[in-house]
Amino acid sequence: MIRTPLRPLARILSARQKGENPDTIERENLRLRHEEIRDKSRARAEVRLLFLSMGFLAAFLTIGTRMGMLAATEPAEPRSAAAGAQILATRADITDRNGRILATNMQTYALYAQPRDMVDPGRVARELARIFPEIDPIALERRLTDGRTFLWIRRVMSPEQMQRVHEIGDPGLLFGPREMRLYPNGTLAAHVLGGASFGAEGVSSAEVIGTAGIEKALDARLRDPAQAGAPLQLSIDLTLQAAVEEILGTGKTMLNAKGAAAILMDVKTGEILSLASLPAFDPNDRPNPLVKGDPGDSPLFNRAVQGVYELGSTFKIFTVANALNLGLLEPETMVDANAPRKWGRFTIREFQNKNYGPLLSVNDVIAKSSNVGTANIALMVGAERQAAFFQSLGFFEPTQLELVEAPGARPIVPKKWPDITTITTSYGHGISASPMHLAVAYAAIANGGVKVTPTLLHGGVPQNGPRVMSEETALASVRMLRSVVESGTATLADVPGYQVAGKTGTAEKPNAQGGYDEDKVVNTFASLFPADDPRYVLVVTLDEPVETSGSEPRRTAGWTAVPVAGEIIRRVAPLMGLRPVVEPPPVDELTAVSN
Amino acid sequence: MRPVFFVLSFLVVISLGFWAYRENYATQAALRDMGRLQDEIAGLREALTLQRAEWAYLNRPERLRELATLNFDRLGLLPLEPTQFGAAAQISYPMPTLLPMDDFPDITDPVDVTGQITDELAPSPVDGQFP
Repeated sequence: MIRTPLRPLARILSARQKGENPDTIERENLRLRHEEIRDKSRARAEVRLLFLSMGFLAAFLTIGTRMGMLAATEPAEPRSAAAGAQILATRADITDRNGRILATNMQTYALYAQPRDMVDPGRVARELARIFPEIDPIALERRLTDGRTFLWIRRVMSPEQMQRVHEIGDPGLLFGPREMRLYPNGTLAAHVLGGASFGAEGVSSAEVIGTAGIEKALDARLRDPAQAGAPLQLSIDLTLQAAVEEILGTGKTMLNAKGAAAILMDVKTGEILSLASLPAFDPNDRPNPLVKGDPGDSPLFNRAVQGVYELGSTFKIFTVANALNLGLLEPETMVDANAPRKWGRFTIREFQNKNYGPLLSVNDVIAKSSNVGTANIALMVGAERQAAFFQSLGFFEPTQLELVEAPGARPIVPKKWPDITTITTSYGHGISASPMHLAVAYAAIANGGVKVTPTLLHGGVPQNGPRVMSEETALASVRMLRSVVESGTATLADVPGYQVAGKTGTAEKPNAQGGYDEDKVVNTFASLFPADDPRYVLVVTLDEPVETSGSEPRRTAGWTAVPVAGEIIRRVAPLMGLRPVVEPPPVDELTAVSN
Repeated sequence: MRPVFFVLSFLVVISLGFWAYRENYATQAALRDMGRLQDEIAGLREALTLQRAEWAYLNRPERLRELATLNFDRLGLLPLEPTQFGAAAQISYPMPTLLPMDDFPDITDPVDVTGQITDELAPSPVDGQFP
């Protein structure tokens, strides 16, 4: 850089000659130099600012373009993500307690039409009617030609049917992938599972929603993407369920019953091991609900949970247990059982107008199922305490089972408790509950007086529920129930080795006229086993059974529900690994015999 | 010195470009491969679900019961009975071997035995033990 001097000699000299101040020249030059420096640095700063703004512009443009692209393009799955972390959109499987599949999904296709692209709607309609018999070709052709642009034809189909649709070869017929719910076991545990159908449907996918049973009750859990892939494990055991349904079905046929239900429940955890209701249906092809007549006659009706019946003498043990718990009685106390007993304008009779009286021990009241004895005990207890006891056993509220039908099955409880209600409810009349309620109440007795909440989900732990009666009362009640099977009305259920304890119940069905039908009964047997350490409760209910092997038809539970329950216990207890406590057979002992 | 530097940096730029080109195509190939594999996994998962469903369908209790009935001659399967439970004490100890079988020669020819047949019984094992 060439520096211009601040005091150039030539200009200084000429200025001195002219008598001017040479310092002005120096100041002038200094000013010029400063201006030059200023201009230069300004130019440099301007360039820098330009670069900076260009940098910012580039950055913002990049971000803006990227945002625009993200907003304007189709979203794509991150392709480089590690496998296993993906969200599964499928509905979770349902398995039994051992992991055997009860409900799963299957890939299939739905068929839809776009009539605008269709070459020959008439031929398509005829060909489709040949593949799918339920299609009416004339109606379908009319719908294909009425100007609409889109038409669903079929929701699901088999691969063979799909191939035949392909062979029609019309460009207007299109397929949409579908996840379809499949129940491989057919009618088995149908009332527990319920069924599923399609919700919102699109071309590329459809929503699968539960329509009944646990599929609907736990719909949110089954559809939860966060838990997809983790199957829902039920407490139901497929093997036990199959055995129970088989025996119950045989019993229902042999006893000419209209329907049957059975509940097998673990008394410690409240897990339902088997829940059967007959007649059953196939959840793969769920029938439509009845539009007329009694919905209770539909196979969709879950008799074990929805069926609210008067459960008859099975209630007697609650009356007696209440009196024992209050310290009013001992099992050996003699009570008045002189039949028939008059109460106001009502007469309480025994079965077949017998008289077990005049005095009967409490134990025999249960063993012989004496209505009069129970009624007198109930009068000792009083209406208020009886109602409170029934309430504590859960007879006033629907059960909390994980079925969508359960909350609707509200027991029918008398509104007021005059003495006659106290008497009738003491032996199970005038109060209606479902077999599930009965199983829960018997489980409280079997569980040493602690109430359990029934559940259909696996992984139950021993429950610490509210205590409804003392342990001694529960033990005494179990002993009384055991004597019913040993020597009372339920001897046909005495399975050797399993010490079955239980109580029969026969209730006439109320008819439309407000009275009771004598030849239409609901027979119930509520049992628990093994009596020395109760682990399971089994409730068997038969609707309108009749046993015809004798000279006249027999309709008491002892002849119908009891043998069925006995057979169920005989088959099911070994399957649960319950070792029978059998008197050991005489061993071939070494006997000293002289020659 | 400077020309050498220019030539070197030019070569570095060329080689980096070549490397980036190769990497780009390798990445795209890997992504394609991954997509294909994920499709395959999805297909296999689907097949697995279907096979599980089929397994459950073929092993449904109703069918097994029918098969057990059909093949009763060969299998003789019956429902489990309470009487089939046993106690450990009911299992007898293994029989002690009577002869040292390990170094016993194979007998293929008839053997001559001398003696006499009496009515006296040979000692029999009691509870697996000889008296």
